Amino acid sequence: MKQDTATPQAPMLLHLRANLPIVISFACIILLLLLGSLYSENFLSPDYLIQQLKVASFLGVIATGMMLIILMGQIDLSVPWLLTTGAMMASAATAFGPAGEFLAVPFGVFCGFAMGMVSGVGVAYLRIPAMIVTLAMNVIAQGLMVAYTGGFSPSDTASSGMRYLATGNLIGGVPNAILVWIGIGALAVFVLNRTTFGRAVYAIGNRESAAFLSGAATQRLMMFGFGISGALAAFGGVLLAGYAGKAAQSMGDAYLLPSIAAVVLGGTSILGGRGNYLGTVAGVILVTLLQSILSVMQIAEFGRQIIYGLVIVTMLLLYGRERALR
Amino acid sequence: MKEWRFFAAEQRATLLALVLFLVMFIIYVSNHPAGFTPNVVQTASNKGVILAFVAMAQTLVVLTAGIDLSVGMIFILCNCVGSYVLGGTMASALGGAGLVLLTGLGCGMVNGLIVIFGRLQPIVTTIATGAIFFGLALWLRPFPGTVPDFNGDLADLFTGKLFGVVPASLVFLLAVVLVVWVPLSRSVIGRAIYAVGSSDMAAYMSGMPVKLARFTAFAVGGLLAGFGGLFLTFFTYSGEASLANGDNYTLFSIAAVVLGGVSLYGGRGSAIGAIFGALAFRTIGDLLFVFDFDPLWQPLFQGLVLALAVTFGAARLFRIRNRLEMFS
Repeated sequence: MKQDTATPQAPMLLHLRANLPIVISFACIILLLLLGSLYSENFLSPDYLIQQLKVASFLGVIATGMMLIILMGQIDLSVPWLLTTGAMMASAATAFGPAGEFLAVPFGVFCGFAMGMVSGVGVAYLRIPAMIVTLAMNVIAQGLMVAYTGGFSPSDTASSGMRYLATGNLIGGVPNAILVWIGIGALAVFVLNRTTFGRAVYAIGNRESAAFLSGAATQRLMMFGFGISGALAAFGGVLLAGYAGKAAQSMGDAYLLPSIAAVVLGGTSILGGRGNYLGTVAGVILVTLLQSILSVMQIAEFGRQIIYGLVIVTMLLLYGRERALR
Repeated sequence: MKEWRFFAAEQRATLLALVLFLVMFIIYVSNHPAGFTPNVVQTASNKGVILAFVAMAQTLVVLTAGIDLSVGMIFILCNCVGSYVLGGTMASALGGAGLVLLTGLGCGMVNGLIVIFGRLQPIVTTIATGAIFFGLALWLRPFPGTVPDFNGDLADLFTGKLFGVVPASLVFLLAVVLVVWVPLSRSVIGRAIYAVGSSDMAAYMSGMPVKLARFTAFAVGGLLAGFGGLFLTFFTYSGEASLANGDNYTLFSIAAVVLGGVSLYGGRGSAIGAIFGALAFRTIGDLLFVFDFDPLWQPLFQGLVLALAVTFGAARLFRIRNRLEMFS
């Protein structure tokens, strides 16, 4: 009899523990909004919230790829220049007449995918630490783009399709960028939870040798994981170029650390194998909102950086701690 | 004989980095229009030494199987502090130099304390603390600048030439290696740093000072990044809170560490290898200059060399007897 009462409780506690980061993140989002509303009523207006979600959706797309990589226990430092590559190549394709304009988005995404796959070969087959492979890929992508543009910002502007994706409104009042993020997010949830690929991603993150012995083609999956991450980074770049109207050289710099921070704040373990996409959604919104509120409050850049760092450390101390060595 | 072979096996990666650097440097000076003159060597060493300090800082943390992504920001913060305190008389400027180093040490200690007692992963901790350090640097120097009475004599003493031949920066680097790295790596704590990097569990079970080793790695790493920032101030006479510069030095330090044969999995390599890695990485950039390449191709060339260098890390695959070993 005693056992019967004990068993149903255990999974519930487990759930609570696994979901603690998500709960805390969403609580922090609400807290931020309340604090902001003390400063100005506008923080609770639908217009402001929609605008924030729109800005967050660019980071959301990029963080989805980053989460996939982190779940496998790896890291992708090539986000900044793969993002720029996607934006620049899509803008470049636009210059080639109507066909180019039609293929601009797929071409930009494909470039990111191809470069991500090269990193994937290095990590999965050559067994070089992901940190240096993606670092080298970042420098190579930078080199290619700098050589391509001749050191200046490219004159090509974003295609009308890219602009529509990032700034248009398909359904009244809801920006397309949010719809894009919802679409990619739904796909990510489905893939991570309902496909063998997704389960293998978690398995690889927990212990790759065990996943291999269980029959998962770990090396091939990991290679494709990097390809997908590269494609998503490039797609984020395409959206950003559409949002800004054109591609610029340093557009990706501001996305590497926030994408890692968003994933980790959402409760995904940086060591891999544990994490929930809902947490990443919370992390992305939290990071975007934090940046926005700090800038609206007209806190100087140095103060923003310091508060940003302090918030990340504090939140991780709340729930991101490792087990003690014993 | 046995002793000698053991030493060679242990230092193989360091020796490879040395050879890589020497080959590149010989190609560089033999094609330089001015040739092998003290001035050419002085300029090359000044640029190389700054990265060498930051690479040494990164090495210590990487040896514990961690990574310090804030190392570039500590470097920038120290540069900004230096641009305030390195003025006045020789004595006060020297005191200021001490303050700069203390700043670096303090930053490293903060990293270490959070990683050890907060039990957070080094990579995320240093991303966050890096933002804090950069914020502080930006607070000190919203715009590039320096103190009006900057002590240029002291700066020139460290970046000039000894006896008109030897670059003073290289001598100073050697002194830091002898005073900081050699005693540390031979002490109990130094051995514990290597042990923690190989397997923290085994090190803990063997009763090694695991926490102290981690803390020392971060703290001394911060101190060495402080040396880098101090040197940058000596070199430029000013301080600038440049985000791009900080990020670049973090990335370059990882590249230098890899070229220098330090394993990113921890427990293998030495700061001396990282120094040669840093000097080699700097020479790559200079090589393009002497061969009259379009500077536009420099980032691509650097990336390709880095990619080629890390591909040699894949040589490990040839020694694998069982496919499962691959996953470790």
